[in-house]
Amino acid sequence: MSAEIQIRVNGKSYETQVEPRLLLVDYLREVLGFTGTHVGCETSICGACTVLLDGKAVKACTVLAVQASGSEVTTIEGLSATAPATANGNGLHPLQEGFWEKHGLQCGFCTPGMILASVELLRTNPSPSQTEIREGLSGNLCRCTGYQHIVQAVEYAAKKMKSRKR
Amino acid sequence: MPAATRYLGKPLKRKEDPRLIQGLAHYVDDLVLPGMHHVAILRSPYAHAQIRSVDVSKAQAAPGVVLVLTGADVRGSIGSIPCAAQIPDMKAAPRPVLAHERVRFVGEGVAVVVATDRYAARDALDLIEVEYEPLTPVVDPEKAIEKGSTVLHEGHKDNVAYHWELEGGDLKAAFKKADKVIKQRMVNQRLIPTAMETRGVVADYKPGERQLTVWSSTQIPHLLRTQVAAMLDVPEHSVRVITPEVGGGFGSKLNIYAEEALAGYLAIRLGKPVKWIETRRENFQGTIHGRDQIDTVEVAFKNDGTILGLRIHVIADLGAYYQLLTPLIPTLTGLMASGCYKIPAIRTEITGVLTNKMSTDAYRGAGRPEATYLVERTVDLVAAELKKDPAEVRRKNFPKLSDFPYATPTGVIYDSANYPGSLDLALKLSGYKKLRQEQAKARKQGRCVGIGLSTYVEICAMGPSSAMPAGGWESATVRIEPSGMVNILTGASPHGQGQETSFAQLGAEILGLEPGDVNVIHGDTAIVPYGIGTFGSRATAVGGTAAYKALMKLRDKLAVLAGFLMGENPGKLVFSDMNIFSKTNPKKSIPFGEVVAAAYTAKRLPPNMEPGLDATTFFEPSNFTFPFGAHVCVVEIDQETGDVKLLKYVAVDDCGNVLNPLLVEGQTHGGIVQAFGQAMLEEAVYDEQGQLITGELTDYAIPRAADLPWMETDRTVTPSPVNPLGVKGAGEAGTIGATPALANAVADALSPFGVRHVDMPFKREKIWKLMQGVRAPLGARQDRVRAPLGARQNNGGRRSK
Amino acid sequence: MIPAQFEYVAPKTLEDALRLVERHGDEAKILAGGHSLLPLMKLRLAQPRYVIDIGRLRGMNYIREENGRIAIGALTTHAEIESSDLLRAKCPLLAETAATIGDIQVRNRGTLGGSLAHADPAADYPAAVLALDVEIIAASTAGTRTVAVGDFFLDMLTTALRPGEILSQVRVAPLAAHTGTAYEKLHQPASGFAIVGVAARITLGKDGTIEDAAIGVTGLGPKAFRAAAVEKELRGKKASDKLFAEASRHAARGVDPLSDLHASADYRREMAAVYTRRALGRAFARAQGKA
Repeated sequence: MSAEIQIRVNGKSYETQVEPRLLLVDYLREVLGFTGTHVGCETSICGACTVLLDGKAVKACTVLAVQASGSEVTTIEGLSATAPATANGNGLHPLQEGFWEKHGLQCGFCTPGMILASVELLRTNPSPSQTEIREGLSGNLCRCTGYQHIVQAVEYAAKKMKSRKR
Repeated sequence: MPAATRYLGKPLKRKEDPRLIQGLAHYVDDLVLPGMHHVAILRSPYAHAQIRSVDVSKAQAAPGVVLVLTGADVRGSIGSIPCAAQIPDMKAAPRPVLAHERVRFVGEGVAVVVATDRYAARDALDLIEVEYEPLTPVVDPEKAIEKGSTVLHEGHKDNVAYHWELEGGDLKAAFKKADKVIKQRMVNQRLIPTAMETRGVVADYKPGERQLTVWSSTQIPHLLRTQVAAMLDVPEHSVRVITPEVGGGFGSKLNIYAEEALAGYLAIRLGKPVKWIETRRENFQGTIHGRDQIDTVEVAFKNDGTILGLRIHVIADLGAYYQLLTPLIPTLTGLMASGCYKIPAIRTEITGVLTNKMSTDAYRGAGRPEATYLVERTVDLVAAELKKDPAEVRRKNFPKLSDFPYATPTGVIYDSANYPGSLDLALKLSGYKKLRQEQAKARKQGRCVGIGLSTYVEICAMGPSSAMPAGGWESATVRIEPSGMVNILTGASPHGQGQETSFAQLGAEILGLEPGDVNVIHGDTAIVPYGIGTFGSRATAVGGTAAYKALMKLRDKLAVLAGFLMGENPGKLVFSDMNIFSKTNPKKSIPFGEVVAAAYTAKRLPPNMEPGLDATTFFEPSNFTFPFGAHVCVVEIDQETGDVKLLKYVAVDDCGNVLNPLLVEGQTHGGIVQAFGQAMLEEAVYDEQGQLITGELTDYAIPRAADLPWMETDRTVTPSPVNPLGVKGAGEAGTIGATPALANAVADALSPFGVRHVDMPFKREKIWKLMQGVRAPLGARQDRVRAPLGARQNNGGRRSK
Repeated sequence: MIPAQFEYVAPKTLEDALRLVERHGDEAKILAGGHSLLPLMKLRLAQPRYVIDIGRLRGMNYIREENGRIAIGALTTHAEIESSDLLRAKCPLLAETAATIGDIQVRNRGTLGGSLAHADPAADYPAAVLALDVEIIAASTAGTRTVAVGDFFLDMLTTALRPGEILSQVRVAPLAAHTGTAYEKLHQPASGFAIVGVAARITLGKDGTIEDAAIGVTGLGPKAFRAAAVEKELRGKKASDKLFAEASRHAARGVDPLSDLHASADYRREMAAVYTRRALGRAFARAQGKA
């Protein structure tokens, strides 16, 4: 039992024979080696496995790799390439920069998913209030930070992304 | 700590972060070794049962399966799980790495499968046939110690693991002198630590070198090495433990687990690298739980609010077996039963109980949140009884500043404190007086609003070796390499706390370099000298002090060498800007790199000076440290649903001097939110059959971003005299201080309903029930339509200072 | 958590999909977004031999007006429903309800058809579609048939869909004049599912009397239902907070509420009344053009 999938991940195309039951997160991590995507709960609660599927945030623990065939996936490893380099040219997406600047992470395990969920949030709402940020991240759990610095990190990125658009 | 600093005490952003925010870090599940096999474990669905038979033949024959072993297969080859804690007259309750005769909790390992593929290993679990004979599960710790209860362990006469007592002061006199006595039972519920990364192990054995390497998501790499070597009966120097990136611990990875030894055994037996990654369900069932005490407190006090004595009885649910520190944790409650008060007489009695559940052990705070909760609730009960402001009752019972170092009747010596100072600041920042006025107004409008206070002290920077089962010192090696770059090797094992940054700040400050010149290495037993690890808020106070001492040793050596090269008095040199300057003549200097090079080229050294720049220290603290603080919060309860909303949170903490305030703030936020979890949401629930019904994150709720308001945090600074840095520790204080503040707020909100105490977690239905059938205790009933759940309590625009 | 093995088929047309569903019968499960089915398969509570992935069918993801009604393709995601301008203007209840489901990642994958066909007793949509009196279109190799939503939910995880049928479309009437709707939900704190969810629709007459009221309730019992007793109390009466409070007391009438870790039957029953009243209050305000 196997199926062929064609998938673009972080700008590169892959063709792979997979078991139909292979989860997208396992495909990304174990087949392609994009281990920045993490598995936290396996029940689509914690959001550690969040990736962008055709530009939209999804939980890769609850998507089969075969379902993603024909699609484009962005993981944390490919995120910076999706945004023009920031002003100081550090090669980071403004959200990555925001998390760094505002101490938006401690153990870092939830961080890739948290950042990609924030990408989704700022895509649909470029100037969110603190309440909207908190609501928008309701699909992502962090056990370390208490979220306050994460809220500030997203605010930082929103401001930065807006000023760049001008 | 020097008065004017360049890096120390500054909010530098973390050196750890670039790899973490780009997906370049490696957690244990990210490791792939050539030919690696995958391990899955079959676990007991019964809380208590006799294993009649285990048939692995079908599983063994399944595609991809390499090996299937049962508890009986490994029992002679792997030692049982170690417990480092010893309590006088404690009954033994050792746990085998796989059960072979009886299972004693749901999730206990029964058989292990090794396969070439992770999916195949999982499939094979379904093919193992186990015949169980169910036994009566013992779930409720109070029933477990009743006569006639089923006994968990052969050879035990009952389920009492131990009795422990600690008494100080004249308790009889205290209760005799008292104007009033209040007695209250309080449950400190069982919690699941829920680090976002579950546990995991990779093990690899090189038969030629006889080297077993174990990568584990642990907080204690060296202790793990010692214990795994002992469990597998191999020489300790043939085991190397590496902690890759660790995705949170909170005490749950301060342990030695069955899978760590099993993976090592399988790697040796098969000659193949093996990987085991815990599922979230396994994590909930089989990684240690926290808290789980039933506390009964009697407090003797005078009408003016003076507390004279406490009598505490703790029933501590230990679970079915002992993990590393299981029996020890409740005793910390007894040790800290005085809180931040001068209470003349205290007696704590603990009954440790064995039940058919996962072991409890150290979870963030470990015994101190329980102590603080019961003391802080008790102070509020006293205040409520006397109709006094809880802030005033607290103030009345604080020790005087001149009492420090203050010796409690429980035998602990508090190092330094200014309890009124942190309370005053917290009251001021929260606008406490105004809050009380607003509360009175709100009550008249029919709103159910509560204000909660907690003033806490905790014991951390663990600790003097006399009080620590495996020693309480910490090691550090500092190596200045020939190029002038610095490596600090620490025996602490940070997993999110940020010591790669703060120790680099320390190194840069002392040696006059940039933080980028200082690299911090940890978590590899082949590289780093033996260390104790990261837990008990000890990494900076103990590990940081070790690093400081090693840095100072090298600085002293460099000063001697520089003085020799410059013709200056070594005592009159300043390290700054990559140079070593003469204090008396600032124009006279020598580049740092030149002195380092001289130490290595060794052509011109002072007499008797050894070449090289390498120093190791083992720092033994003379005492614990005692961080403290005051928290104030406001909650509002929806009377129709019982939903509790946190509206405001103000925390003033004092952890002594601070190496990096940004990191401390992060620890404080995280700690408060974990406390919020305990107060509002979290509870590990076992049903009567011993099934863990909060078995996944779909049923065990931990805090989300939208549950919380903006937290206002501030600090006072009372340096600790226990270490030269004057630091105390910040990892657990938030969790310890916040739970009672939240509980006191909820009790305060419910006081018009005649409620004196309610146990955590404050789930909606429980709170709602308490308000039923109470006739309009408040003003006109609120009738406004509330905002939808979740959309409400964030004070959107409010910013921190 | 790994699903058991299965055979995967991804038909290109609805016709092919229907033939496959007919052929494999009970041995097959239909996969749309996967957010109802995959969790069950990962727990191995569902171990189908065949998984028929209809997620790739073209032309089943749309929201459009057809003959005076709004037609929504079964594969339309919660996020698409939540953000649809057409629905926000003409059927805001569905958009509002969709926005309360799970989180944005889940809403980007989960589909309307998948959720309705799964019939989870704690799902949000059932309350809304009941209050909206939608029609559900079931396709089979024999053609399509229309099921009134009142006949659709039969029991826990059980619908009126017959073997061989695929839920293909939902049709809903646009919001009538002087009508307001609202969805109020008490969420389970860990999963976000509804402990009680109440969708209300109120139409006011010129004199302010309630001409029509429809209330869908989810989470309370094994299946979502219309709170007919509440509706009866409301119809023809002058709207007021008092009326809403009194009528809401009947929200759980005739239902044996579920009881679990997160809420007892008693609490669910009481919350049904509270949330019904709240939903009515907001629906009424909207019917008046407020809020």
